[in-house]
Amino acid sequence: MKNAKKKTAKHNRNKNEKFFKTETTPAEPFDPNALIEVQHLTKKYGALTVFEDVSAKISTGEKIAIIGPSGSGKSTFLRCLNVLEDPTDGHVFFKGNNLCNLKVDINIQRRKMGMVFQSFNLFNNMNVLKNITLAPVHVGLQDLHKIRRKNLFIKLKNLFRKKDKQELIKIEKSAKEIRSEAKANAIRLLERIGLADKANVYPSTLSGGQRQRIAIVRALAMNPEVMLFDEPTSALDPEMVGEVLSLIKELANEGMTMVIVTHEMGFAREVATRVMFMADGKIAEEGTPEQIFGNPQNDRLKDFLSKVL
Amino acid sequence: MSKWDVFYEQLITQGGYKDVLLGLRNTLVIAVCGLLIGIFIGTVIACVQVAGKRNKIAKGFSIAGTVYTAVFRGTPIIVQLLIFHYILFQNINIDGLLEAIIVFGLNSGAYVAEIMRGGIESVDAGQLEAGRTLGMSYITAMIKIVFPQAIKNVIPTLGNELIALTKDTSVAGYVATMDLTRAFRLIASAKYEYMVPYLMLALCYFIIILIMTVVIRLIERRLKKSEKR
Repeated sequence: MKNAKKKTAKHNRNKNEKFFKTETTPAEPFDPNALIEVQHLTKKYGALTVFEDVSAKISTGEKIAIIGPSGSGKSTFLRCLNVLEDPTDGHVFFKGNNLCNLKVDINIQRRKMGMVFQSFNLFNNMNVLKNITLAPVHVGLQDLHKIRRKNLFIKLKNLFRKKDKQELIKIEKSAKEIRSEAKANAIRLLERIGLADKANVYPSTLSGGQRQRIAIVRALAMNPEVMLFDEPTSALDPEMVGEVLSLIKELANEGMTMVIVTHEMGFAREVATRVMFMADGKIAEEGTPEQIFGNPQNDRLKDFLSKVL
Repeated sequence: MSKWDVFYEQLITQGGYKDVLLGLRNTLVIAVCGLLIGIFIGTVIACVQVAGKRNKIAKGFSIAGTVYTAVFRGTPIIVQLLIFHYILFQNINIDGLLEAIIVFGLNSGAYVAEIMRGGIESVDAGQLEAGRTLGMSYITAMIKIVFPQAIKNVIPTLGNELIALTKDTSVAGYVATMDLTRAFRLIASAKYEYMVPYLMLALCYFIIILIMTVVIRLIERRLKKSEKR
């Protein structure tokens, strides 16, 4: 048990880099066709193994539904995809970047991976508009400051150069433009889900369905390349499930790559291009919805489907 | 001469009101400045303790913070005042008021540290996670999302701390500071007539704290308002 704990600590991105150099199994070469590639992923909490040696590839445009009994590690697996949960072993590649490598700046990679939570997690201290614009504005300003810093160095270096002066990096958007653009984008997104009139209210006054739809557009405001849904409808009243699912369906039809952990079998069947059935710490069966729901092979899956359908 | 006449004579004719006003000012200054210092120290300790869970360097500082908290919460404020006055500040010529502010600040820092830590930890972990998934760094997400919510949570408790601190200042008179209690004690002991001065003293504290309570309520309501629009 002690050993297992140590290994977790080694891999923990949140720990100080200096003290914990990662020493896990070396990564295999990355498949350039996949958007996300998971290699031999293992997650343990102490002695408890959530899942072990899970590998998967997700290419652009795919809609993956992950189903399975509770406690089978579906959510943990999803959270490992953007390293919100540090895997004990294994590697996750996103567009060729190994997210488990501490040298890769996870904050830059996460900008392109939207995530929607079961409990919405809207920022309670901000109104809806601020909720949506916070991250795009912050990220935009961060990039702006970075360019400004670089330009300052270039200017300093140019002072000592007689010829071949280096050109400054062009600033594309001013801070004001970043803000106004983010705001316009947020309002456009809110209009799309029909909640433009709620732009200035606080999340505590909204219904569950409204909150979840806003959480989805908050993730969309960053223009992600993949959306991760962690049981997006599990905390909702039955009558609100529909509005959230139809928004997700709409996104799917637009070609967004998504990974959805869900208990809505009908929805998984309708939207998913591939279904993964997780049980006993591994992906027990995977295939098209027709294969999984129409012709299940695995005994665990048969048992599971007979209970939920 | 009735008891009231004695008190009136001591307070007005004998110039006792000067001490009372000075004491009132000192009491308020010690309480407010003490709390401000306390909030500063407490916030630093709380941040270090929260960060200590994920960062080895902060962990070292967090242990120091824990020891500090244990020491200052584990000894009575009056003992701390005496130690600072007679041992630590013995050879330094320092104003009594400043000395009291320092001691009360250090003391309340220990309490505020726990209040702040509780406030930060009371914010749902999902809030931080949501910020992280949007590409913000841990520190940015903390500053922009967690802290504003934590502050809202701790305002009532901080108000409590201010009230407790105000009442604690009644022992500041032991170390060469004029405070409200000492001013009234001087009036009382001049003619050995205790009842009226001490009841008036209690009334003074009661009114000060009543005003503080109202102000804290107003601040609290103002902060809550934003959520219910």
